[in-house]
Amino acid sequence: MIEFTTYDIVRNLLLSTRWTILLSLIAFAGGISVALLLTAARLTRNPVLSRLIRAYVQLFQGTPLLMQMFLCFFGLSMIGIEISAWNAAALALTLFTSAFLVEIWRGCIDTLPKGQWEASRCLGLSFVQTLWHIILPQAIKVALAPSIGFSVQVIKGTALASVIGFVELTKAGTMLNNATFEPFKVFAFVALIYFALCYPLSWYSKTLEKKFYVARKH
Amino acid sequence: MLNFHDLLPYTGQFVMGLLTTVELTLLSTVIGLMFGAALAASRQYGPGWLVAFVAIYVELIRNTPFIVQLFFVFFGLPAFGIKLSAWEAGLLALILNLAAYSTEIIRSGLAATPIGQWEAGKVLGLSFSQTFFRVVLTPAIEKIYPALTSQCIIVMLGSAVLSQISVQDLTYAANLVQSRNFRSFESYLVTAALYLLLAIAMRKVFDLIGQRLFSYRSST
Repeated sequence: MIEFTTYDIVRNLLLSTRWTILLSLIAFAGGISVALLLTAARLTRNPVLSRLIRAYVQLFQGTPLLMQMFLCFFGLSMIGIEISAWNAAALALTLFTSAFLVEIWRGCIDTLPKGQWEASRCLGLSFVQTLWHIILPQAIKVALAPSIGFSVQVIKGTALASVIGFVELTKAGTMLNNATFEPFKVFAFVALIYFALCYPLSWYSKTLEKKFYVARKH
Repeated sequence: MLNFHDLLPYTGQFVMGLLTTVELTLLSTVIGLMFGAALAASRQYGPGWLVAFVAIYVELIRNTPFIVQLFFVFFGLPAFGIKLSAWEAGLLALILNLAAYSTEIIRSGLAATPIGQWEAGKVLGLSFSQTFFRVVLTPAIEKIYPALTSQCIIVMLGSAVLSQISVQDLTYAANLVQSRNFRSFESYLVTAALYLLLAIAMRKVFDLIGQRLFSYRSST
C-alpha cells in the first residue's frame, strides 16, 4: 500500500483538474457553436424550426444531465459507434450547454425592442445587416453576464463525467478517497478546487450584470 | 435495434424508483424552501456576522458540483461521527443545495420589496413576524415564483446523482434494469422520459399552488 501525504493528495487532484478544465472548455466552445446555429435558425422565424428548437430546449432542460451522458454513452454504441467516456461526456455537455445558451440568448434578443427591427427595415437595411450592425452589438452586451454565469454550470456539470468513468477532478477524488480513507480531507479539497474555478466566474458575471444594470438606468 | 419489450418485467422497479425520487423531491422541496426563506431573511435583515455566514454558505454551495456535496455529506460526515444512511445523506445534500439556491432567489424578492411595506405593517399594529410573513414574504415570493419553480425542478433532476451512493431512486432502477437485461439505451431512454414527465408535472403542480396562493398566472 502506498502512503499518501496531504501534499500527494493535493498534487494528484490538481493534476486531474486539467481534465476538468479541458472538458469545460470543449463543452463551452461546442455549446456556443451549436447554440449560435440554433439561434440563427430561430431568427428565421420559421414556425417548424422554432417548435423543434423549443422541444430541444425542453428535452435537455427537463432531463437529468446524468441521463443525457448515459444516453450518449450507450446510444452511440448501440448504433455501432464505439465511443469513449471522454467523447460521450464532451458530446452530452455540448448538447446540454447549447440548449441552455440558446434559451438564455433568446431571452436577451427578445428584450430588444421590436422597433429596432422595424427601424432598420425602414432604413433599407437587409436582414443580415440589421443583425450584424443593430441587433448583435446590443444583444451581446445583454447576453455576456448570463452566459458567463452559465459557464459555472458547465464546469460543475463536468463532475458528472466521473460517473461514466472519465477521470477528472471528482473521479480522482473518489479514487483518492478509496486509497486513503480520508474522505473529509479529500472531498474538502475537491470542493475547494471547484470553488476556485467557479467563484471568479460567478463574481465576474455578477459584476458585469451590475455594471450593465447601472448603465441601463442612466 | 430498440427493444422496449424486455423492460416490461421490470415495471415494478421503475415505479419504486420513481416513488423514491418523488418522495425525496417532495421532502427536500418543502424543507429546503423553509430553510431558504429563513436564510434569506437572515441575510437581508440579520446582524453582520449572520449575513457573512449565510453569504459564505450560499457561495460555497453555488460554486461546487452537487455530486461533490453529496460525496462530502455521505463519505465525509462520518469522520465527525455523524453516520447517515444513503437515503438520509441524499436528502440532506438535496436540502443543503436547494436551501442555498433558494436563499439567493428569495432574497432578491425581499430586496425588491419597498420599505413602505414594513412601515405600513407597523402602522397597522402588526408584529414583526406578522408583517414579515403576511406583508413582505408573500408578495416577495409571488415575484420570484417562476425562478423558484425552476430551481426546485433543477434539484429534482439533480437527484439522479443520488444513485451513485446507492439511494434506490429512479436512476438506480435504470442502472439495475440495464445490468439485468443489457438493454442500456432503452432503459435510460424510458428513465429520461419519466424524468421529463416528472419535470412537467412539477411545473403544473407549482402553477396550481401559485394560483391558490397568489393571483399568479403561469406564462406557459
